[in-house]
Amino acid sequence: MSTATIDAPAPVDDALKPFIVTLIVRRFNPELDDEPKWVDYDVEMFSTDRILDALHKIKWEQDGSLSFRRSCAHGICGSDAMRINGRNRLACKTLIKDLDITKPIYVEAIKGLPLEKDLIVDMDPFFESFREVQPFLIPSKKAEPGKERIQSVADRARFDDTTKCILCAACTSSCPIFWTDGQYFGPAAIVNAHRFIFDSRDDAAKVRLDILNDQEGVWRCRTTFNCTDACPRGIQVTQAIAEVKQALMRGKP
Amino acid sequence: MTQDPSDSTIIDGVHYHQFDIVIVGAGGAGMRAAIEAGPGAKTAVISKLYPTRSHTGAAQGGMAAALANVEEDSWEWHTFDTVKGGDYLVDQDAAEILAKEAIDAVIDLENMGLPFNRTPEGKIDQRRFGGHTRDHGKAPVRRACYAADRTGHMILQTLFQNCVRLGINFFNEFYVLDVIMSEVDGVEQPAGVVAYELSTGDLHVFHSKAIIFATGGFGKIFKTTSNAHTLTGDGVGIIWRKKLPLEDMEFFQFHPTGLAGLGILLTEGARGEGAILRNASGERFMERYAPTIKDLAPRDIVARCMVKEVAEGRGAGPNKDYVYLDCTHLGAEVLETKLPDITEFARTYLGVDPVTEPVPVMPTAHYAMGGIPTNVNAEVLRDNTTVVPGLYAAGECACVSVHGSNRLGTNSLLDINVFGKRAGNNAVAYVQNAKFLPLPEDPAVFVRDMIEGVRNNPGTERISVLRKELQEEMDTKAQVFRTDESLDSVTKTITHLRDRYMNIGVQDKGRRYNTDLLEAIELGFLLDLAEVVVFSARNRKESRGGHMRDDYPDRDDENYMKHTMAYLTGDPHSSDAADHIRLDWKPVVMTRYQPMERKY
Repeated sequence: MSTATIDAPAPVDDALKPFIVTLIVRRFNPELDDEPKWVDYDVEMFSTDRILDALHKIKWEQDGSLSFRRSCAHGICGSDAMRINGRNRLACKTLIKDLDITKPIYVEAIKGLPLEKDLIVDMDPFFESFREVQPFLIPSKKAEPGKERIQSVADRARFDDTTKCILCAACTSSCPIFWTDGQYFGPAAIVNAHRFIFDSRDDAAKVRLDILNDQEGVWRCRTTFNCTDACPRGIQVTQAIAEVKQALMRGKP
Repeated sequence: MTQDPSDSTIIDGVHYHQFDIVIVGAGGAGMRAAIEAGPGAKTAVISKLYPTRSHTGAAQGGMAAALANVEEDSWEWHTFDTVKGGDYLVDQDAAEILAKEAIDAVIDLENMGLPFNRTPEGKIDQRRFGGHTRDHGKAPVRRACYAADRTGHMILQTLFQNCVRLGINFFNEFYVLDVIMSEVDGVEQPAGVVAYELSTGDLHVFHSKAIIFATGGFGKIFKTTSNAHTLTGDGVGIIWRKKLPLEDMEFFQFHPTGLAGLGILLTEGARGEGAILRNASGERFMERYAPTIKDLAPRDIVARCMVKEVAEGRGAGPNKDYVYLDCTHLGAEVLETKLPDITEFARTYLGVDPVTEPVPVMPTAHYAMGGIPTNVNAEVLRDNTTVVPGLYAAGECACVSVHGSNRLGTNSLLDINVFGKRAGNNAVAYVQNAKFLPLPEDPAVFVRDMIEGVRNNPGTERISVLRKELQEEMDTKAQVFRTDESLDSVTKTITHLRDRYMNIGVQDKGRRYNTDLLEAIELGFLLDLAEVVVFSARNRKESRGGHMRDDYPDRDDENYMKHTMAYLTGDPHSSDAADHIRLDWKPVVMTRYQPMERKY
């Protein structure tokens, strides 16, 4: 054990050699453009760089007007969900080396939400759906003053997966149903309902299930698994939706 | 997202709103304050981000509280650890409040729905963390309450969920750039804030009785940092420009385990679960430096030891410029269940699997111990003792001081909850009897001039170039080890960069989501704060906590057992910092514990 570290891998050599990557970004500035347009940029990148690094290089070295959201830059704040080569991903979690760079990389805003500028969409409709599922603990009885509630390890594990959600909208905006019907709650709202429906401390599953039984609720899901593929947190989104459907048929979690 | 437009009026293109309490910042401290303030007073929370993007969400390992759920513990031990961990620069009355109220703070969060990990009996589970000990340093204690390695994420989500439950008014992607001060009987008091709406470029005046700053830190003065791109110290900078003091700015924490070359945080909770730091030869070097608690020594000590190992040629990798965090003996199950996020970070960003390989790590700029001085009621101070009525600060932007010269891990998630709650409660009590102060004729003039000044500046300097130079210089010369020479050098650089900043030019001249303009304004705050950090650091000719002076390697209680207070006194653009910054001292509050040599 004590010498196990000597032969640890050095960063791969490729990481030391930069190369040119072409990004084609769908630009739109409502103050100047009638229609979105695709614009090419060549940037020098390392294989371990992220798409977010490429966008920063464009913004910082070529065109300061390129607009996108970002904050933590390591996949936990959920700011930079975008469509990269046609798939929803976080720009800060997508490494150049994981893409085919013999071809240009296409980057555009996520779909289904109003486009504001370049890679920025209006997130308010997304958060409105989140709010509608009552995403907060509604306990059956008040906890004893100054006391924690008891919850078994198994009960806690029951909803662990859906607590990972960072509300980035990658799932919802990858859903073909959501694209065609903006009224559909979308996977993220259902994931957040799931997080409470299956929490043993919560007593309002019925209320949330009723909300999701609506015609814009879980039954719109056609199980295309786009959402599960898109989730940067690895949440089994489609399974969570299926569990909510089953709970609806049972009438309880 | 829930702002009520009917509430506002538009005069000369400026939107006017009125709220009893305005909270600036929607991270942990801001939303914890909002949960108290919302039900008791008309409250608005203003953030330059969406609330769930705040950097509280990146905190990983845990939140300290002496619940004694898994072994004997007491708030008094926690207080002692906090004081000793801060190298005795902690105000002990504040640390006692922090440790005592920790227990309720955790229970509050559990009651609000936070999914803590549980013990086999179903109680909140607790893990070990650096500097937290049983009975005044005898052995590590399990004090950190946690939710896997996403405790901050769960706190941020839980607080946001409860803000939704309470119908708190949020103004998202509104960038606060000024506090309006009005004079009442010769005393300056806040009358509101001015914000720039990112989506439209419009200006908004929020007329209010009380203001709570909860804007987080300013780690982006450094290149290698665990901090988000957005952590540019805007709130601290606004207070500074209002000529209110900043406290202990020289004390910045470098977290030992940032992913090498990237700075992305790997929680200290990994070492709490048993991970070990090793140098190139595989030696567990912390045994040499801190024989009792080894890898669980406080962060300042571990970071220094790591840099020393590398400086003395024992670093690993092709350039011998990092050490290893070895988790391989923890087993896949512990990593996947208790440390899943950091396991994934190492895999994603370095291509290293912690289950089978040690992870390259080096210290990363992590946390500002200093900031806006407050008393234990979260009231902002204009000098060592005088309160600014109606102005509050909580969280990383504030300096109470519960962290002294070095914060213990898990005490920041605690700080935001304890002092965020206090700020909210005290603001509610304050506004019951306070009046709205009259606004000046054109309250938005300062912000309008600032924004148009940047937008229309015909300069040629690029923001990204200046920012990179600042960050690289700060990394080289004001990081874990500092000297008079290195600090003098970085001072000159900052002065030069501030001159060049006058000649910046932005390419985006538009109004909607002008993030080019946003970054320019943020850089202005970074330059101001870096100058205060370095100026304060030059003046403290001793080594204490996060401030390590190679040329003054010892702690000097006789001359420096006191807080630094920095004041902006002259033209901030004068070339010599000494012409516009005055430094003063503030006594440390000592109650139970006399300073001792700090050994672990």
